[in-house]
Amino acid sequence: MNKTILEERKSQMHRIGEEPFAMACNRPSLAGAVSQRACVFCGSRVVLYPIADALHLVHGPIGCATYTWDIRGAISSGPQLHRLSFSTDLQELDVIFGGEKKLEASLRELIALHSPKAAFVYSTCIVGLIGDDMEAVCRRVSADTGITVLPVMSEGFKGNKREGYAAACKAMFRLVGTGDTAGISPMSVNILGDFNLAGETWIVREYFKKMGVEAVANITGDGRVDDIRRCHGAALNLVQCSGATMELAKMMEEKYGIPYQRVSYLGVEDMAESLYKVADFFADKDPDIKAKTVALVREELSVLMPKLAELRRDLEGKKVAMYVGGSFKAFSLIKAFRHLGMRVVVVGSQTGTEEDYKELAAISDPGTIIVDDANPLELAQFIKEKDVDVFVGGVKERPIAYKLGVGFCDHNHERKIALEGFVGMYNFAREIHASVMSPVWKFMPRRAAGRVTCATKEAVNG
Amino acid sequence: MANTYVSTTNACKMCTPMGAALVFKGIENAVPFLHGSQGCATYMRRYIISHYREPVDIASSALGEKSAVYGGGPNLKKGILNVMRKYDVDLVGVATTCLTETIGDDVGRYLYEFREEFSDLPLPELVHVATPSYSGTHMEGWHAAVRSLADQVVKDKAPDHGGVNLLPGFLSPADYRFLRGLGERSGVRFTMLPDLSRTMDGVIWDDYHALPDGGTPVAEIRAMGGAAGTIEFGMSGGLAESASGVLERKFGIPARKTMIPIGLRATDSFMDTLSEFAGCDMPEQDAFDRGRLLDAMVDGHKYIFGKRAVVYGEEDFVIAMCSFLGEIGIQPVLAATGTQSERFGKALIEALGDVCVTMPVIRSGADFKDIEEEAAELAPDLLVGHSKGYKLARAANIPLIRVGFPIHDRFGGQRILHVGYEGALSLYDMLVNAVLEKSQDDCPVGYGYL
Repeated sequence: MNKTILEERKSQMHRIGEEPFAMACNRPSLAGAVSQRACVFCGSRVVLYPIADALHLVHGPIGCATYTWDIRGAISSGPQLHRLSFSTDLQELDVIFGGEKKLEASLRELIALHSPKAAFVYSTCIVGLIGDDMEAVCRRVSADTGITVLPVMSEGFKGNKREGYAAACKAMFRLVGTGDTAGISPMSVNILGDFNLAGETWIVREYFKKMGVEAVANITGDGRVDDIRRCHGAALNLVQCSGATMELAKMMEEKYGIPYQRVSYLGVEDMAESLYKVADFFADKDPDIKAKTVALVREELSVLMPKLAELRRDLEGKKVAMYVGGSFKAFSLIKAFRHLGMRVVVVGSQTGTEEDYKELAAISDPGTIIVDDANPLELAQFIKEKDVDVFVGGVKERPIAYKLGVGFCDHNHERKIALEGFVGMYNFAREIHASVMSPVWKFMPRRAAGRVTCATKEAVNG
Repeated sequence: MANTYVSTTNACKMCTPMGAALVFKGIENAVPFLHGSQGCATYMRRYIISHYREPVDIASSALGEKSAVYGGGPNLKKGILNVMRKYDVDLVGVATTCLTETIGDDVGRYLYEFREEFSDLPLPELVHVATPSYSGTHMEGWHAAVRSLADQVVKDKAPDHGGVNLLPGFLSPADYRFLRGLGERSGVRFTMLPDLSRTMDGVIWDDYHALPDGGTPVAEIRAMGGAAGTIEFGMSGGLAESASGVLERKFGIPARKTMIPIGLRATDSFMDTLSEFAGCDMPEQDAFDRGRLLDAMVDGHKYIFGKRAVVYGEEDFVIAMCSFLGEIGIQPVLAATGTQSERFGKALIEALGDVCVTMPVIRSGADFKDIEEEAAELAPDLLVGHSKGYKLARAANIPLIRVGFPIHDRFGGQRILHVGYEGALSLYDMLVNAVLEKSQDDCPVGYGYL
């Protein structure tokens, strides 16, 4: 192995079939390795960001707010407050004398200007160090203004994104149980861990509506504070993106006895299975729900499958590498790619757990490389080694694929195309098709064939 | 004018270490290294990549809770070793963050210890710069990093080579490319620090490169001590002593600060300074482009005269852009920067005195809320700045002329040329066409000739 893979990183990779399964994960990122991971603050910010009628105030120096301004494709059907970037913009004197005064003044000012339904205040590295009592400031401002102000303890250095997810869940849990649950249907769910990227939550809600299931709160895509306040009135929690909101589901189970199910709205099987799970759950309340769900899935598939078959003709046998944030997406995408006749040969995530990787190893083909907390040079090496045709990742991974002349699909939170639901599966297939089938790859220097074709042509013409 | 609000809404600036990281991206075989929590490096990488669409590897000491308590030295050293193992580096540029500045990490000492501990290894140049995110903006970080390079890498007076040190500040790769070409055309040996022309706008690869080609070679930085003069664009963020000052003090190299050469007059004065330092004539191509620029300024003057522009972004960039707008007959009505600066207003008045009757409203330390509120009173026809002004342009239904950094909602931001007569010409076309497009779209007739 060459120097792109550091000795200390080797235990965080696995090649299926070449060795017994053993993978280290959930470790702090290695200094100097150029990890693709972000920080605790990032974890909290991405989870809470889509709550559209809340004020999101970043308490810290300006960068943390600047780099997260309007960053996600999480859209709202109403208020757009979440798309503004608020910061206390701490300066040197605030760091020396404490930032509490500035935080309090900022909160009062912004609440007066925007009349939010609630406010989240995010702690950053610096706030953890100078010891501002955010809790006390939030309590005081809540009492005076009547607006719930929730501290999110998301100091960047206190771990990775996972700790940030937990901090976000803790903050949201303080809202849960404060609203009136009157009028909520006994056949009702909360949609957890979906962020309404490009309107994806709306697609899923529409399915539930057809099944006669009420969606009480979206947590957090197109989310509203008042919905979260009353979401303890729902009969069932559906948890996607397990890393982000599982903790909230567990806390709600413990306190309110609401069961939860893990779901995924990506791909054909996982989408259908998620709907069937919900139908099963409510079968005793509505004997017809199963039939309604079967009909819904059948109708959707009758439209989708012929279209997929058409795209599959071009995609058959192509190879895929993917690097995602949490590994739930990887499970669904491996299955989705099989529908397109494509093989996933490299799969990795920033924050997967041992169980996640074990499960990935179980469903992936022999020879597949599994990697935890990878970095650009490792990913580039795997792309080359496996000679992949298309890479699935986020903005930071895009240039790694493109520089090598490899297709790319953005499956991250900035995307503007809905990839969930049955319609999303079609969009996904088209997205992959559009990248893989572009003629540009023929001319890439890495593909010797491209050079030959050009040279031959010149010779003929010349 | 004083800031109205305590809080910041939609900032018109980035944080200090971002500027330093960008400078180190413009050094050949260099890796920027942020001493702090992992998130800083990752967030900045994403932000930078969205504009340039190039790999941007920024290392981090990835500090956790323990390091925050006991100090980040061990992680810093381990991180540099790992960077050395993975990348064939000539230079590692270590920039601090709010975390490590607050816990009081002495990076200079850590690097000294590192050099002692690993003196048996071939060590890269290790440069450090203090960039607390709670002090200044990305431009203060930029200038501090350039100064650190001049201070820590240029150790000795090099043999006189008659070349010119050029410290161009934060421009686009197209701008750096233009300046390199100018050096070649005029026969002047330029040492441009930094140079992002290739590192941030490079070619396709046949094999993955750990680091991109291009950037200022470390050997050339060392030789800056033998130049005939240093030209520095802009006011260098109000530093008591900027990089050109360091070179002047240590090696007696004459230093000259000029406005970023955007537009006719600023380019004229840059060309004058260049010929003064290097004894060269203006290259034929630039003389020709100057004539073409004047020709275009005549052809298009009626379309844009009296149009009102809001200009925002980095202090030096806004000053130079306003100077250009003023000389072509567009009235800057608001000049805003996120930087807290006392010189900003003065420099603007100096730049516009000869060409504008009315001075723009001047706002330093501004965010987009301030800009929006000012703009509401000023009835602008155009916005000129980076892509974060889109929200305002959309609300006001006026064109946004995208220039500078970042441009996150269009393709090719790295290829926008701003400087030189050629840059002025292409900006001029963009401006005139934006005005024409707006009037054509708004006109019920839909004229085919304008």
